Amino acid sequence: MDKQATRDAYGKALVELGKQHQDVVVLDADLSKSTKTADFAREFPERFINAGIAEQNMIGMASGLASAGKTVFASTFAIFATGRAFEAVRNSVAYSKMNVKICATHAGLTVGEDGGSHQSVEDIALMRSVPNMTVVVPADGVSTGRALFALYESKGPAYLRLGRPAVPVIYAEGSPFEIGRANVLRQGKDVAIIACGIMVAKALEAAEQLAEENIQAAVVDMHTIKPLDETVILQMATETGAILTVEEHSIIGGLGSAVCETVCAHHPVPVMRMGVNDVFGQSGEPDQLLDYYGLNVEKIVQNVRDLLRKK
Amino acid sequence: MKQIDQQQVQRLQEKAREVRRHIIAMLGQAGSGHTGGSLGAADIVTALYFWEMNIDPNQPDWADRDRFVLSKGHAAPLLYAALAERGFFPVEQLQTLRKLGSPLQGHPDRSKLAGVEASTGSLGQGISWAVGMALAGKMDRKDYRVYTLLGDGELEEGMVWEAAMAAAHYRLDNLVAFIDFNGLQIDGPVKQVLSPLPIPGKFAAFGWEVLQIDGNDIRQIMEALDCARVVKGKPTAIVARTIKGKGCSFIENKVEWHGVAPKGDEIARALAELDM
Ligand SMILES: Cc1ncc(C[n+]2csc(CCOP(=O)(O)OP(=O)(O)O)c2C)c(N)n1
Ligand SMILES: [Mg+2]
Repeated sequence: MDKQATRDAYGKALVELGKQHQDVVVLDADLSKSTKTADFAREFPERFINAGIAEQNMIGMASGLASAGKTVFASTFAIFATGRAFEAVRNSVAYSKMNVKICATHAGLTVGEDGGSHQSVEDIALMRSVPNMTVVVPADGVSTGRALFALYESKGPAYLRLGRPAVPVIYAEGSPFEIGRANVLRQGKDVAIIACGIMVAKALEAAEQLAEENIQAAVVDMHTIKPLDETVILQMATETGAILTVEEHSIIGGLGSAVCETVCAHHPVPVMRMGVNDVFGQSGEPDQLLDYYGLNVEKIVQNVRDLLRKK
Repeated sequence: MKQIDQQQVQRLQEKAREVRRHIIAMLGQAGSGHTGGSLGAADIVTALYFWEMNIDPNQPDWADRDRFVLSKGHAAPLLYAALAERGFFPVEQLQTLRKLGSPLQGHPDRSKLAGVEASTGSLGQGISWAVGMALAGKMDRKDYRVYTLLGDGELEEGMVWEAAMAAAHYRLDNLVAFIDFNGLQIDGPVKQVLSPLPIPGKFAAFGWEVLQIDGNDIRQIMEALDCARVVKGKPTAIVARTIKGKGCSFIENKVEWHGVAPKGDEIARALAELDM
């Protein structure tokens, strides 16, 4: 299986977008080599602004540029984009519905060796809680490119969550992608695994293994956390009667919470949330960390078995 | 004033060299991390830990100790090398840098390693910690001193200037901030990315005492610390001109050596140069 980091796909797609649309302006905060906006900066230096190590100002400037008609893509690590600059995102971008796309890389545990200070496991929760904000967490490189173009078309504030390491490409070039519409990647009657980001590929692998035990697991790529595709969630709840959510993020406030809110209100079924269990990350290799915090294929398989007993 | 004799200077120079060797060895072992900014500031941190600061590795929580906050937290290997050499933990532990379960996190984590005063890594926040520690010292009428080290790129963070304002406002003459003025950040020279210049003028305008030195010259660092000790009623900024990557010729002044670790024969080459 091909592998590509979603940040690499972002960098490439951004250049394409810049070629097609003159109003695209890109901002970064001294991390352009890591976030891959450096590709855009090389191609369109006059439409790239380095904010320096000043994330709050970057977001504030983004709003100003957007108010003057630019479509702004602002990048830095997820921890700084959503953490350091949170209140600027809320009050300058979202409050005024500015056309600013916050495209943050190095999200989650797979930042790896830099450690817990740099591993944002709260960003989905933060961004999801802000009115007017669209939140997209693509699963692979192909859908990252699609998401970027879709976000350009949908005017308004958005958060795109990207990762550092190369991850399996699960979509064929040109597969459908629509903001707010989840992709059901696999049908199954026993349980639904609803995942986002890099956990989608692992969910697919787990479903494959479960099938050998005669457990039919549906797999949903919930790439848009907001607006949430409640139709698919409720369809899964009705058809399977048990849902496992999987995300590289805290179990508080992210995908799992969003799914629970919907299921609870409209069609209660047992839901188990897999994610980071209300702790900070630490230094380690990305895969080691995913294992350590229980975000691997084996754990998904095991949790599905446990969940089925509660049905 | 403390007496500065040539022997002491030489002792510290040798210590700084040892610290640099540890930095190369541990980064080589880790396979990732920040080489340039750790090497460049080694003389400053060595002077603090082996000459200036009143600390006791056997009592890392001693209430009267002087404190050091590595505001440019990515230079964690430098802090760890100094702490290990000073006896806070065994030197062998340096080899666990950035490994799963190690107290030597990629960026300093106060809750995991004794001797680390503040958890840093998010630029701009360390100086605020240092201001808070200095405020507590004043409140408690203690005469411990607080030292912090910032990057020149780090000065682009607005929070640095909020802290600078607070430190002057509260007349924190128990606070010294070193600015590691190496002229480089990640995306290029600070002048090109987002100029924080002129640095001395900014701190002076904020009400700080400002000293300018060669930050790779141990004697100048010692003399500046001496001067800072007698400043009354305001904090001191020591703007220290350094060479990022100092000590290893092929790393010196190279922007691309900000966030990569030496590999294979680079490790041997660097160690050989440091042995000369
Ligand atoms: C708030 C924040 N934004 C971005 C980063 C990523 N980052 C780590 S080091 C660095 C460059 C620092 O440059 P400088 O302060 O000059 O340090 P030095 O040259 O001494 O290594 C950046 C942008 C960070 N650690 N914290
Ligand atoms: Mg610098």
